[in-house]
Amino acid sequence: MDEESKKEKFQERIDNGETIEPKDWMPERYRKQLIRMMSQHAHSEVVGMLPEGNWITRAPSLRRKMILLSKVQDEAGHGLYLYSATETLGASRQEVIDQLLEGKAKYSSIFNYPTLSWADVAVIGWLVDGAAIINQTMLARSSYGPYSRAMVRICKEESFHKKQGYEMVATMADGTPEQQEMIQDAVDRWWWPTLMMFGPHDDDSPNSAELIKWGVKSKTNDELRQSFVDRHVSEAHEVGLEIPDEDLEYNEETGHWEFGEIDWDEFWNVVKGNGPMNKERMKSRREAHENGKWVREAAEEYARKKRLAKEKAS
Amino acid sequence: MRYPSRSRLSTHDPNLKENMSEKNDTESKDTQWPLWEVFTQPRDGKPHEHAGSLHAPDAEMALENARDVYARRKEAVNIWVVPSDQIVASKGEDAGPFFDPADDKPYRHPQFYSVPRASKRRS
Repeated sequence: MDEESKKEKFQERIDNGETIEPKDWMPERYRKQLIRMMSQHAHSEVVGMLPEGNWITRAPSLRRKMILLSKVQDEAGHGLYLYSATETLGASRQEVIDQLLEGKAKYSSIFNYPTLSWADVAVIGWLVDGAAIINQTMLARSSYGPYSRAMVRICKEESFHKKQGYEMVATMADGTPEQQEMIQDAVDRWWWPTLMMFGPHDDDSPNSAELIKWGVKSKTNDELRQSFVDRHVSEAHEVGLEIPDEDLEYNEETGHWEFGEIDWDEFWNVVKGNGPMNKERMKSRREAHENGKWVREAAEEYARKKRLAKEKAS
Repeated sequence: MRYPSRSRLSTHDPNLKENMSEKNDTESKDTQWPLWEVFTQPRDGKPHEHAGSLHAPDAEMALENARDVYARRKEAVNIWVVPSDQIVASKGEDAGPFFDPADDKPYRHPQFYSVPRASKRRS
């Protein structure tokens, strides 16, 4: 079968809703796009541990500390599910991780903003994980089997992340005037960067059409962003918080919240590496990798000694 | 370097590795240890199911890592880890010819048979 008819047959499988598995034939570009997308997703989970990890030692209670530790551990786990799924496409783990450590790979821009107060931990759980759930629920139906299965696993865990965040948001919004001020301040700082998580407008998103054609995505950036806004505006109002957008207005006819324009200059600036925390995040990630070196060496040495002891015994 | 990068069960195409690599190193820089496939048994009496994969220096650490990565919420009562390069799988694209011996044997299914109603009720 020639390349063209293989591609046609592949598209037929996608259109029939079939799942593509690692050993199946796939166009080289499908493979490359998935490696790009999935490795960026994995990096985002891993870098995403940093802003919140920053607050573990300063959690306000033991309960909150245990929850945050568990959430940050989950993010590491999500990174591992995704690295594992990316490897099924033939990308080596080492290569993918090196790309991150060498600063060549992208990850979600949201993690290039600083976490200035404990209220940020609450708002990240509510907004950032809330946005991630909307994106990942769609990806759980992705045409590539290992990606979709990793997403199903991740979505189950993300709902705890969002709920613990919203619980804290509600608690602070119902707290002392200082707590109310803190939580509103965090919402004011995180709202717009969270909207940017869904990426550029559909017209400026060169990859979208192709990813939709291949069944990797089933909704556009703007559609996903709209469902995020609809859900979270009502959750904000429920607990008496303001959304920092003067143009926000409910459209009775469409049943959607209309919102103001995103500052795209800021978006591209952060994507290009000039956000408030880009350099800091990469520095921390490299240090974490470097500081883990002795653990990797110890594990290897332990395995070697056990192997030797076993050989001796036999 | 200590562990040559292993070809995974999915990367059957010998040219693939080359295509993927942007650096054209002849020497592998992979120090991520052998790859293991993880299978978890969700409950007593249920069969094991593929959960994902991970890297570990030996089987014991592979099991412990599998517990931490794939069973943080009691998703398993038992775990198998198998070196990925030990798994042999049929090819998706050959599914038709590979499985067609079963295609012309409808008599292996109960629907193939018609029996008197009375005996149906009794069962």
